Amino acid sequence: MAFGTGASSARGGSPGFRFTLYAILSIVIMFLDQRGEYLEQIRYGLNIAAYPIELAVSSPSAAWRWIQESVATRDTLRAENARLITRNRELELRSMRYEALAKENDQLRGLQEALPPVAERWLIAEIVDIELNSLRQRVLINRGTRNGVFKGQAVLDDKGLLGQTTHVGPWDAEVILITDPEHAVPVQIERTGLRTIAVGTGDAASLALPYLPANADVKSGDVLLSSGLGGVFPAGYPVGRVVEVHRDAVQPLAQVRAIPFASMNIDREVMLVWFREGHPAAPVAAATGAKSGNANMQPQVAAHPKPAAPANNTAPTATAAPAAPSPGDAAAVTAPAKTPAKPVKPVAEPKDAEEGPPIEEDIPPKPEPKSPAPPKTTAELRDMQPSTRRWPG
Amino acid sequence: MNAEARGAMVLTAIIALILTVLPLPTYLALVRPAFLVLTVLYWSIASPRAGGIGLGFFAGLMLDVFQSPVLGEHALALCIITYIVVREHQKIRSKPAFQQSLIVFATLIFYETILFAIDGWTHHPLNNPLRWTHTVSGAIFWAPVAAVLNLTNDRRR
Repeated sequence: MAFGTGASSARGGSPGFRFTLYAILSIVIMFLDQRGEYLEQIRYGLNIAAYPIELAVSSPSAAWRWIQESVATRDTLRAENARLITRNRELELRSMRYEALAKENDQLRGLQEALPPVAERWLIAEIVDIELNSLRQRVLINRGTRNGVFKGQAVLDDKGLLGQTTHVGPWDAEVILITDPEHAVPVQIERTGLRTIAVGTGDAASLALPYLPANADVKSGDVLLSSGLGGVFPAGYPVGRVVEVHRDAVQPLAQVRAIPFASMNIDREVMLVWFREGHPAAPVAAATGAKSGNANMQPQVAAHPKPAAPANNTAPTATAAPAAPSPGDAAAVTAPAKTPAKPVKPVAEPKDAEEGPPIEEDIPPKPEPKSPAPPKTTAELRDMQPSTRRWPG
Repeated sequence: MNAEARGAMVLTAIIALILTVLPLPTYLALVRPAFLVLTVLYWSIASPRAGGIGLGFFAGLMLDVFQSPVLGEHALALCIITYIVVREHQKIRSKPAFQQSLIVFATLIFYETILFAIDGWTHHPLNNPLRWTHTVSGAIFWAPVAAVLNLTNDRRR
């Protein structure tokens, strides 16, 4: 009671005593939470305690949406139904062509049989109408460990990567979006195969690529795909599109800005995905064993990206999607005369837009020496692109 | 008085927490005062024996669950400011409303400074200057919040 002053007759000791007690308790909690996973249980319990409040806050809007849905007129429903049927046909058509493409691609790669899709199972989750910290890019979703959700699980929406789970409660989970300043996602530029890291900026409409050297082959319009490194996201999922490349003569690094494909602010429904273990495109855990993929410490892994150089044995498949040219790229390849020549190899000479992509395709090292893909097939491949590979945004 | 005081306290704290996490349009959310912090401050001044530091700690833990990347952050910050306010509650209570607002403003600045420091130390830095806006709106909102909470207090007495 040495510190006690004021209302010293209060229950539980003087303010000074209680202050010391609670302050030490909070510091211990902070320390443990920071140092490791000791506190997952406590967090879990607190999460359960907070759940009624979550329900109380989110249920009015949920009820309002439910009412809106219930009183939707017949016409609205029919219109929506028609729209969905059209959309479904369109998607089926695309997936048909995609399957043909995938088969052809596998043949070209000499694989015996087609691989199953990397996503084994997914679950639709809804974003709970709750404001977490409005300055951090986090959202709460209504699925938790009861639905099998785990920490560090990839969350997608229908357009691209959205984020990953950070804290998982029994019925809900906190998702850190890829645009959070603390989040970094290992990406690959689709056109060149260049690997780098896309870091969130805190703004829902922008990602930064801070680790690209000033002479890196990147330009506005390039599509970023997840590279499969980092252990959370599988390879080949769309992340965003480069919109701004700023090269400053005195700076060793280029300032590159991208916009994410996923609509961070508009989404109501998101997808939690479970990936097939051992699939070549499945996420590869970094050697450091950073399991949450909170890649604060990971930028070093790919800080010095080498153009299309093999980083690990998943490269051939990981680059399967990037290697296929997309319509935008075919156009883009012809444009840049000012692109500095790469020290390693010319990725795409401006003049031979026809042959550029096939060269890239062969750069990812394959264990078995394969003869270059027949140009005809590649041309066909390109012809099929426009409808099959249209990135949103 | 104690049980009833605690009931009113817990109830108002829960309502304040709901107001804190209620989804609002971005612009409103940025100027939203930290209702739970104001409520805790109010009870620390009005009824320091029943509420005060313990209330601050548990309210802070709930804030941590919703808003904080590291548990215990808001709990520690609220502990510290409630301790100061409990020690000085008689002085603060006797001040006119405007001066109380100024004191609350200073307290909120201190509170946010603690959070800012902890954010940095735990490697979750948040340098957005907008994080300080709630201190201003908290000072502005102090008078109405205190008036509303006074109602529950007066009825009980």
